[in-house]
Amino acid sequence: MEAVLFFLAAIGALGGAVGVIAARNPFFSVLALIVHLFSLAVLFLLLTSAFVAAAQVVVYAGAVMVLYVFVVAYVGGGGESAWEPIPGQRFLAPLLAIALFVELSVAVLGSALTALDTKGPDVPAGFGDPAAIGRLLLEKFLLPFEASSILLLLAAVGAIVLAARRREGDAA
Amino acid sequence: MSATAWCWLVLLFPLAGSITIALGFKALPAKVTGAIGTLAIGLAFACGIAALLNLLGDSPEARHHASSLWDYASVAGLDIKLGIFVDPLSVFMVLVVTGVSTLIHLYSFGYMQSDEGYRRFFSYLNFFVFSMLLLVLAGNFVLLIVGWAFVGFASYALISFWYRRETATRAGMKAFVINVVGDIGLVLAAFLIFRELGSFDYGTVFERAPEAFSTNGWTITAICLLLLVGAFAKSAQLPLHTWLPDAMEGPTPVSSLIHAATMVTAGVYLIARTHALFVLAPTAADIAAFVGLATLLVAGTIALVMTDLKRAIAYSTMSQIGYMVVGVSIGAYSAGMFHLMTHAFFKALLFMAAGSIIAARANEQNIDKMSGFGKAMRFTAATMLCGSLALAAFPGTSGFFSKDEILAYASARGGMYLIFTVLGYLGALLTAVYTFRLVFRVLPGKPCPEAQELIDTGHVHHAHPFNPASGEEEDTDVGFPGPDHHIAEQSAPMRVAMGVLAFLALFAGFVQVPGVDEAITHFLDPVFADSPLAEIVPSVGASWFGLAIGAVISLAGIGIAYFLYVASPESPRRLEARFRGLHTFLYNKWYFDELIDVLVVRPALAVGRFANRVFERFVVDGLVTGTEGTVRGASGVVRAVQSGFVRSYALLLIAGFAGLALYFLLTSS
Amino acid sequence: MNIAWYIVLSALLFTTGAVGILIRRSPMVILLCLELMLNAGNLALVAFSRMVGNGQGQVFAVIVMVVAACEVVVGLGLIVAIFRRRLPLNVDDLRELRG
Repeated sequence: MEAVLFFLAAIGALGGAVGVIAARNPFFSVLALIVHLFSLAVLFLLLTSAFVAAAQVVVYAGAVMVLYVFVVAYVGGGGESAWEPIPGQRFLAPLLAIALFVELSVAVLGSALTALDTKGPDVPAGFGDPAAIGRLLLEKFLLPFEASSILLLLAAVGAIVLAARRREGDAA
Repeated sequence: MSATAWCWLVLLFPLAGSITIALGFKALPAKVTGAIGTLAIGLAFACGIAALLNLLGDSPEARHHASSLWDYASVAGLDIKLGIFVDPLSVFMVLVVTGVSTLIHLYSFGYMQSDEGYRRFFSYLNFFVFSMLLLVLAGNFVLLIVGWAFVGFASYALISFWYRRETATRAGMKAFVINVVGDIGLVLAAFLIFRELGSFDYGTVFERAPEAFSTNGWTITAICLLLLVGAFAKSAQLPLHTWLPDAMEGPTPVSSLIHAATMVTAGVYLIARTHALFVLAPTAADIAAFVGLATLLVAGTIALVMTDLKRAIAYSTMSQIGYMVVGVSIGAYSAGMFHLMTHAFFKALLFMAAGSIIAARANEQNIDKMSGFGKAMRFTAATMLCGSLALAAFPGTSGFFSKDEILAYASARGGMYLIFTVLGYLGALLTAVYTFRLVFRVLPGKPCPEAQELIDTGHVHHAHPFNPASGEEEDTDVGFPGPDHHIAEQSAPMRVAMGVLAFLALFAGFVQVPGVDEAITHFLDPVFADSPLAEIVPSVGASWFGLAIGAVISLAGIGIAYFLYVASPESPRRLEARFRGLHTFLYNKWYFDELIDVLVVRPALAVGRFANRVFERFVVDGLVTGTEGTVRGASGVVRAVQSGFVRSYALLLIAGFAGLALYFLLTSS
Repeated sequence: MNIAWYIVLSALLFTTGAVGILIRRSPMVILLCLELMLNAGNLALVAFSRMVGNGQGQVFAVIVMVVAACEVVVGLGLIVAIFRRRLPLNVDDLRELRG
C-alpha cells in the first residue's frame, strides 16, 4: 500500500517537474508546479511529517502559487524563441545534470549510512505533529524562528519598494 | 686643539654654511646668506691658520698626522675610514683654497647682488669649497675620489648656474662629461692600487709602494697613467681641456674661484700627493711633463688670438697649469706648489677685474668692443695691471719668482729637461705678449661709448640682457644674470677683495726668494723628502741667472705687446692678413673641439641611435610588448567567460558542483 | 520504502530543476525551477529527519519554506518591475553586467 502511494506520488512529482521545465506557456508551468507540490505533500505524509505536509499545501501550494498565478496573469508571457544564443548550453545542461544525478545517487547508495536501507526507527506517536514542531521552534530553534520572521518582514518591505510606482509616473 | 681637530673644523664650516643657506633658502634675506657664506669660509681660513700654527709646533719630520672619524667600510679586506691626512702639503692647499675663496665670496657678495639666484649661488659656492677641502684633506684614495666627484658636481652646478641659457647648460654638461672621463681614470687607478698594495690609505700605500713595484714596471706605470687621466681632466690639460673655455659660461666669481684658483689645481695637487708613485714610474712622470709642456704652448698660442676676454684668461689658466704640471712632474714640487699659490692670487684677481669690466660693458665680453676703461675705471684698471704684471712675470712680482723657479729646477736637472727650460721661456714670452695684449686693448685708448658714459655720468651702462656667446636676447628672471651690473668702483666688498689680491699678486713672491728666504720650500720639504728628485736643488747663482733671463723675456714680451697694440695698431691686422691660415687654425683652438666631436661624440651618438632604433625597439620592446600581448590575449580569453548570460554562469555553477562532487566521491572511496 | 528511495527521488527532482534553470529563458519559469530545487531539498531534509528520528529536519524544512516564500516575493517583484519598464522578459537580453 505504502509502496503504491509512494510510486504514485513520485510519478506525480516527477511529472510536475518535467511539466515545469517543458511547458511553453508559463501558466502551464505554474499549474505543473502545483501538481508537483501536492505530490510532495503526499510524500511528506508518507514520511510521518504531518505538519510539514500541511504547511506545504497551505503555504506553498496555497499562498506562494497564488502569487505566481497573479504575476503570470499580469505579465502574460508567451513562448520563447527556439534559437539558443549560448553555444553548447542545450547540449551541456542535460549532460551535466545527468552527471550530477549519477554522482548524488552513487553518494547515497554507496554511503556508509546503513540507516538509509531501513524505513527509519520506530517513532513515538507525536512525531511530526504540530505540537512537536512548535515545541522545537520555540525552544531549540528560537533564533532561526525569529530570524526568519525578520526575513519575512524584509521581504514584504522589499516587494513593496520594488513594485511601487514612481512619483512622476513610470520612468522607463 | 690638535692640527687634525682644526682641520675637521675646516671641513665643517663650509658644509654647515652650504646646508644652512640651502635650508634657509626662502627664509633668509639675500644679504644674510651672502654674509653666512663668506663667514663660513672665513672661519675655515682661520681654522686653517690655527692648524698651520699647530703643525709648525711639531718638528719637521713629525709633521704628518692622520685622523679618522669612523670606519666607512670594514669588510672583506677593505678598510676604508672617513679619515683626513694633515701634513704641510694639505695645510698649504687648505690655506690657499680657503684664503682665495674668502676673498671671492666677498667679491660675489657685491657682484651677484642683483641676481635672482643669489642664495643658490652661495650655497653652491660653499659646497664647492667644502668638496675642494675634502679632496685636499682626504687621507685615503676613496675619500679623495669622493671629494673629486663632489668638486666635479659643484663645477657643473656653478657653470650651469644661469640655467635658462642653453649655452651654459651645454657647457656644464661638457665639463661634467669630460670630468667623468677623468674620474674613471682615477677610480681605476685606485682599484689597481688596492689590488697591488691592499690598502687605500695614503700612509700605507706610499710606504708599501717602493717594495711592491719595480721601477717602470707595467703596473705602476699603468697606475700613474690612470692617475694622470684624472689629473688632466680636472686640470684641463691636453687632450681633455676643451671644457675649460666653455666653462666661462658661469658667473665671473665662479670662473675666478673654480677655474682659476682651486678646482683646476686639483690635478696638480694629485700629482704632488702621489709623487711617491710617480718616482717609481719615471716614464709616466715624463709623459705628464710633456703633456704639461704641450698644453702650455698650445694654450699660449690660442690665447694670442682669442677675442673673448674671459676665454683668453681661461686659456692663460690652462697654460699656467701646464707650468705647474711640468713642475710637479719633473720634481720641482715646492716650486710647482708655489706657482699654484701665486697663480691663484693673480688669476683670481684678473678674473675679478675682467668681471668688473664686463659689467661696465653690460655683458659684452669681446675685447674688440672694449677700449679706454683705464680712464673710466681707475681702481679696476690698477688691479688688472697688477694681475697682468704678475702673470707676465714682471720682475719683482710673485709670478716672476714662481715661474722662474720651475724653469731653474728644470735646467738644474739637466739632460733632456733642458727642453723644458727653453720651451718654458718661450711660453713665458707668449704669456707676456697675450697678457698685455689684453691690457693694451682694454685699458688705454679712446673710451668706448660705455666707458664714456661711465666717465661722464658715473652710471653703468644698461643694455638689453643678452647672451655674450650667442648674442640672443634674454630675460632677467631666475636662471639668467640679474638686471643690474656691479663694478668694483661702486661696490666696497669687491674693492676689498681685489685690493687684497692685488697686494698678494705683487708682493707674495717675496716669501720665496732664492737664497734669501725659501719659506715655501722649507715648509713643504718634509712631504717630499722621500723623493730622490727633491735632492736636486739649483744653486743660488743658477737661480738668479734664470730670474734674470726671465726678467728680460718678460720685459721683451710686454714691449712686443706695446708695439703691436699701442704704437702701431694696424700691425695686428697686417699680421693676421699675412698669416691667415695660421690665424684661423689658432682661432679655432687648434680644432680640438672638432676632433673630439668626430672621434668621440659622433660615434657615441651613433651607438645611441642604434640602441634606440634597433635594440630598444626589437629586443627590449619586443620582450615587454610581447609579454603584454600574451597577458592581454590570455585575459581576453578569460574575459570571454564574463558573457553577461546568467544561464552560462549557472551552467558553470552546476558544472563546478558536479566536479566537486566527483572529486569528493573519488577521494573518499 | 527505504529512506534511500526518497533521497534518490530528491536527487532526481533537484537535477530536473537544474536542467530547467539552464534551459529556459523566461525569468518566471526559472523561478519556478528554483522552487523545484528547493522542494527537492525539503524532501531530502524530511526524509533524513525520519531516518534520524527527531524533528529537527522538519523544522529546517519549515524554515526553508519561509525563505522560499520571501525569495519568491522579491523575485516576482523584480519581474513586475522589469515588465513595467517595458524591458524584454528574457534572461538573455538582460545582460549588461559583463566584461
